[in-house]
Amino acid sequence: MHISKPIRNIILIELFVPVLLLTIGIYHGLMQVIYRAGVIHQSSFAKLDYYQGLTLHGVINAIVLTTFFAVAFGHATVAFHLKREPNYKASMLSLCLMVGGTLMAAWAMLAGKASVLYTFYAPLKAHPLFYLGTALLIVGSWVAFFDWVTIYLKWKKDNREVNTPLAVLGTLINFTIWFVCTLAVAYEVLVLLIPWSMGWTPTVNVSLTRTLFWFFGHALVYFWLLPAYIMFYTILPKVAGGKLYSELAGRIAFFVFLLLSIPIGVHHQFGDPAIGRGIKLTQGILTFGVAIPSFITAFTIAASLEYAGRKRGAKGLWNWVWKLPFFDKNVYLFGYLINGLILFIFGGLTGLVNASYSLNNVIHNTAWVPGHFHLTVAGPVFLAILGMSIFMTSQLTGKKIFLPKINTIVPYLWTVGVLIFSTGLMWGGLLGEPRRTNLGLTYLNPESELYNPYWVITTMLGLAGGGIMFTAGLLYFVVFFGTFFSKRTAEPVIDFPVSEVYHTEKRIPIFDTFRPWLIAMAIILFMAYLPAIMDTLNNNRKGAPPYLPTDPAPVISTSEKK
Amino acid sequence: MLDKFERTVIGVALLVSALFIFSLLYAMGAKKGDVTECLPYDKSYEDARVNQVDKNTYQIFYVARMWNFEPSVVYIPVGSEVDFFVTSKDVVHGFDISEKNVNLMGVQGAVAKTTVKFDKPGVYKITCHEFCGTGHQNMQAEVIVNYPTK
Repeated sequence: MHISKPIRNIILIELFVPVLLLTIGIYHGLMQVIYRAGVIHQSSFAKLDYYQGLTLHGVINAIVLTTFFAVAFGHATVAFHLKREPNYKASMLSLCLMVGGTLMAAWAMLAGKASVLYTFYAPLKAHPLFYLGTALLIVGSWVAFFDWVTIYLKWKKDNREVNTPLAVLGTLINFTIWFVCTLAVAYEVLVLLIPWSMGWTPTVNVSLTRTLFWFFGHALVYFWLLPAYIMFYTILPKVAGGKLYSELAGRIAFFVFLLLSIPIGVHHQFGDPAIGRGIKLTQGILTFGVAIPSFITAFTIAASLEYAGRKRGAKGLWNWVWKLPFFDKNVYLFGYLINGLILFIFGGLTGLVNASYSLNNVIHNTAWVPGHFHLTVAGPVFLAILGMSIFMTSQLTGKKIFLPKINTIVPYLWTVGVLIFSTGLMWGGLLGEPRRTNLGLTYLNPESELYNPYWVITTMLGLAGGGIMFTAGLLYFVVFFGTFFSKRTAEPVIDFPVSEVYHTEKRIPIFDTFRPWLIAMAIILFMAYLPAIMDTLNNNRKGAPPYLPTDPAPVISTSEKK
Repeated sequence: MLDKFERTVIGVALLVSALFIFSLLYAMGAKKGDVTECLPYDKSYEDARVNQVDKNTYQIFYVARMWNFEPSVVYIPVGSEVDFFVTSKDVVHGFDISEKNVNLMGVQGAVAKTTVKFDKPGVYKITCHEFCGTGHQNMQAEVIVNYPTK
């Protein structure tokens, strides 16, 4: 489908800006494993501090890249499947807010005024522009979403009896989750943290800010994941040469995500004081509920791929696996998506460990946790973003892919790297190796009295895997920027592969409407989060003044100084 | 509608989840593995100290701050049962005794509590596992469990 030039450019900027920043993010990824393995025993390298780099790594890779991509992919998905372009003014406003916000936050981080990591736990204080920038990035993504909702409502009016395309349904559900969960973090940032960081309010309730953050923080991971799920359902079966086994399964999975993505955030706070055990257990168990749609997806996609393999002439029980187009450069998206799926098997299962209430005591905040989430966010999420960013760039610019063979092997190289990296981190986690710590200064420094030899092998594995990941990342940049800056050879279009459905399915109205699901979502959310919020208000009895990461004494506001 | 295979798969997924949930409840009940208690806070928790309740029962009140734990070294006899209380006087800190699966967060204005029995002698390291500023990687304390001198 043809897309008008202004909208095309907006989408391309939304791909280019985060990928450009990703070079900083990935550089700091490499630096983390170097510091942690004790290769260097320094607090900073090339004028960038370890914790500053970790903040950049987390914010750029996990928030900036994912949000920009979700919006760019959403624009293209809505336009392509509903055959209606997004509104130019709304899309432009959304782009400006997101870029402006990102620049503010990037300045604060690069200037070393916001080394508070991407969770920005109070009472560590960042520069107000860091909070404001992040908030603007989020608000910018809302603007795009509101525009899609109006497009969808208009489309639905003309197509009452037609099933909403699965990709559009997934996009709308994803941004509904995003909108609701970011309300909490917007409240945290705009109402609690910004006035406090400006010195207008003296203290904040730390337990409350953490609970508001995780109201957002766990749903965030589904916001990363659902664009990949949309690709698994609507694109992967097609590029594999088969059909989607069941579309209804996809609809069910997306609606379960809508219900259960948010009311499980307290499972990040099992170790937190001031929150009751009952609500922790409840949200822990609800987390198992949100694993169900992933089990369903695993089956549906495997069945779709088996069908593809058999259509390509496979016989016997397992032979279909080897018939799939793993290294076919014409369907390179297959490689990106299948590797993500394989990583997600491990990512999902290790996630269930984290959610398992008292079992969480074994691994909470150890290196296990980044080991786990690099199998999810740096697995299916990141690989889908890499593959699709190249696909969309090539189509929207009408340019051929630069070094297509390299492009085909990037996801495999990345996957090998992540598997080694995560093995090291998770092993280290089980031995008590903490996450988010410059281990090279003390625990991995033989000169230090805190030296711990048990973590040598685990951090070395992390280094080896991280090095491979970095190499794969570099190759991706070569392909992406090479494609971006090559000569146009075709008319710019957007044409996603679309999976046909294996079963012919009747339209079931309940799986093509939002209202009852939104009501159910609100009720579950209310029941799951009211007790947690009340607990933090009742049990945390003392507000905390702001602290800079460099200074054990609190920051005294100017009014108190007088 | 969903076909036979899909219904089976959903059934199996539900069963597997039920098994996981049963296991975590079993660990909680029979094995007494639990997360921190939820206690209301008062100022007395900001006073770092060791309390011997009786011969084999101790209470240790830890105060975490940038960048140390107080008390930084505690000696207890083998076989002691210890209640750990943790709070923070500044930013959020972590409190991890890996060998004993003690895993708590130190939060200003709140107190975490768990109980552990030390059956084996040894030096148990308490590691801060939450980023708490530029000195985070220095923040460790010790519980030294040894045989009582006779």
